[in-house]
Amino acid sequence: MRVERVKRERRDLASGENTDLRMLDGLVRKYSGKKGIMIPVLQETQSIYGFLPKEAFKKLSVELQLNLSDMYGVATFYAQFRLAPVGKYIIKVCHGTACHVQNAGTITDALEEALKVTDGGTTEDDLFTLESVACLGCCSLAPVMMIRDDTYGKLTGKEAVRVIKEIRLKEKELPI
Amino acid sequence: MGKTKVIVGLGSCGIAAGAGKVYEKIRALKEAEALDIVLSKTSCAGMCYREPLVEIIDESGSYLYGEITEDKAVELLNNHIVNDNPVKEYIVCTDLYDTPDKKFFDGQVKIALRNCGMIDPENIDEYEDRGGYEAIKKIISGGMKPQEIIKVVMESGLRGRGGGGFLTGLKWKFTYNSKSAEKYVICNADEGDPGAFMDRSLLEGDPHSVVEGMIIAALAVEATAGVIYCRAEYPLALKRLDIAIRQARGKGYLGKDAGGKKDFGFDISIKEGAGAFVCGEETALIASVEGKRGMPGRRPPFPAASGLWKRPTNINNVETFANIPWIMNNGAKEYAKYGTENSRGTKVFALAGKIRHGGLVEVPMGITINDIVFKLGGGIPSDKSFKAVQLGGPSGGCIPSWLSDTRVDYESVNATGAIMGSGGMVVMDESTCMVDIARFFLDFTRKESCGKCTFCRIGTMRMLEILNRITDGGGEEGDIQKLEELAEQIKDSSLCGLGQTAPNPVLTTIRYFRDEYEAHIHQKKCPAKSCKKLLTYTVNDHSCTGCTVCARNCPVDAIRGERKQVHVIDQDLCIRCGICFTKCKFEAVSVS
Repeated sequence: MRVERVKRERRDLASGENTDLRMLDGLVRKYSGKKGIMIPVLQETQSIYGFLPKEAFKKLSVELQLNLSDMYGVATFYAQFRLAPVGKYIIKVCHGTACHVQNAGTITDALEEALKVTDGGTTEDDLFTLESVACLGCCSLAPVMMIRDDTYGKLTGKEAVRVIKEIRLKEKELPI
Repeated sequence: MGKTKVIVGLGSCGIAAGAGKVYEKIRALKEAEALDIVLSKTSCAGMCYREPLVEIIDESGSYLYGEITEDKAVELLNNHIVNDNPVKEYIVCTDLYDTPDKKFFDGQVKIALRNCGMIDPENIDEYEDRGGYEAIKKIISGGMKPQEIIKVVMESGLRGRGGGGFLTGLKWKFTYNSKSAEKYVICNADEGDPGAFMDRSLLEGDPHSVVEGMIIAALAVEATAGVIYCRAEYPLALKRLDIAIRQARGKGYLGKDAGGKKDFGFDISIKEGAGAFVCGEETALIASVEGKRGMPGRRPPFPAASGLWKRPTNINNVETFANIPWIMNNGAKEYAKYGTENSRGTKVFALAGKIRHGGLVEVPMGITINDIVFKLGGGIPSDKSFKAVQLGGPSGGCIPSWLSDTRVDYESVNATGAIMGSGGMVVMDESTCMVDIARFFLDFTRKESCGKCTFCRIGTMRMLEILNRITDGGGEEGDIQKLEELAEQIKDSSLCGLGQTAPNPVLTTIRYFRDEYEAHIHQKKCPAKSCKKLLTYTVNDHSCTGCTVCARNCPVDAIRGERKQVHVIDQDLCIRCGICFTKCKFEAVSVS
């Protein structure tokens, strides 16, 4: 049920406090007066901020004459949209059929334990968000996970945790 | 013959396996050592199980190398290019002699995939060199009327490859017959079935064939604009489609006077889907293109009469469109030669799961499941036995091994209770629990249900609860009957295909694997040894050497025993993770 998403997301509907709304001006110019723009507008807004901040909803609603309730309806219907900020790295664990029969469940289990989050959650240090996705389309490499643009195939739980640890180490070395 | 060509397979699957790094390595070496080669890229040739693939074509012939790493790439260049000495042990296929992997291609007929793995998908010239856009020229210069185009498609017997199986020609005819100043052609590239990647590979490997197919459809139904609705999860496909559309515009195949036909204005835009399985349904897809939530509407009116923006709209799947130019070039008869009487032509399948040669295959309709799994797919990788194939994803069903001589055509597959679907074929062996598979698909459809119809929204939830209970060891007498009743009600009371087919995975597994359900419910046992909560791990007295490896690796300290003494698992503490089973070197841990 898509209703589930609403429940989950509403709890943490976030207002990006320091949201720079001027970043939306180009988008407003591009889509002003056109029809069927709702989804691309939300997609591009999300690519600017990483999620859909409350303030952006309000501004877009006024300037593009979009109904606020329609916008919220669409944003909660589609799996792609997020109403809360996400971690720096999004870990997408594939749970397509091929990955499922090759024990994708153990990958998620291992990562949940290592990151101390549940599926869909973000770690306390805002570094990782763990997600289950339907199919990444690399079925012959199953089970698979994707972090940013990198795909890791033929995984085991242990191997997945090792990848996370490596990213963590690399992050620590980065100058702040 | 000119320079030696080195071609790297850069489809999503190849890139995931590391082909991008291999390409970069070869490019760097080519520059550093000033090698006299032409380096180019192509997309998936279907052989996903051998990725990354590198093909070298020289004066002596073509050599396809598989599982190439950066190091192996260096070796290839040094030996094959510099010393003219092909590296035999990495060769997967060559036109010089037979290799075991050649079987993967034998028996395949490539029509929709004719260019995949053959051309650089980002280069329109390569598509044209292989007969691309000829069909449009033929139609326009020959002055073919819409009815004549529709007649050819009708005679070819081509049926919708997205899963519905409706006659493509007939669909076009309906849209043609609806009179309107504006009409639309939509390409459904919202491939959401988990375990299916045919459309992605096609869009990545040969986007122009889809664009050309859409232009032909536009000529046939007299459409004024086209839309490709593609999943946002397919970034590479989106990028290559965008390039293809720009190139087609540049050459005048799209735009004002498209294809050189006066007063035929037709252009294509891309709409990115935002992640909703239900948008594969025509009416939901249209709602989504219009910027609304993707909820299906009632039919009639069908999209052919009133679709996008209430105008007549023709929607076809990616693979359907890719077939069209070939049919126009080679004739309906040539296409209808393949397949069975009611299912003409070929079908692309994504072969995955417990299979040796996973990848993309295109076969004539009517081939048996056995032939696909064992001849093309090379059989099951371990010594386990073949149990079933899952066809049609969450809308489909499982066909058991004893029906594996079933012919793959729309009618024969439907007779088993599964559906042809879009072409996902997941192979399962004896270690796959069929109750768990049913649960897996139902969990998917439950999450993806848009919520409009009560039975789909709540009924799938209730079915899932029962299945969860069964796989957790709490199955009750009468659960199977309850599942069957709910299944019928959901099928009867749902508006769209998602709900109408959601119970199929449960119904087919009950039909063919009822004993597995009963074992879970009555004996609280999982015959496939897959449902964790029904398993018991024990240490055998006679094989345990007391090495302590299991006890040290147990995450919950459930294993006790002194060094060199037989160990014991405390069943109350055991979480059935199976680590002791995999860690034991003496096969002293058994599972029942």
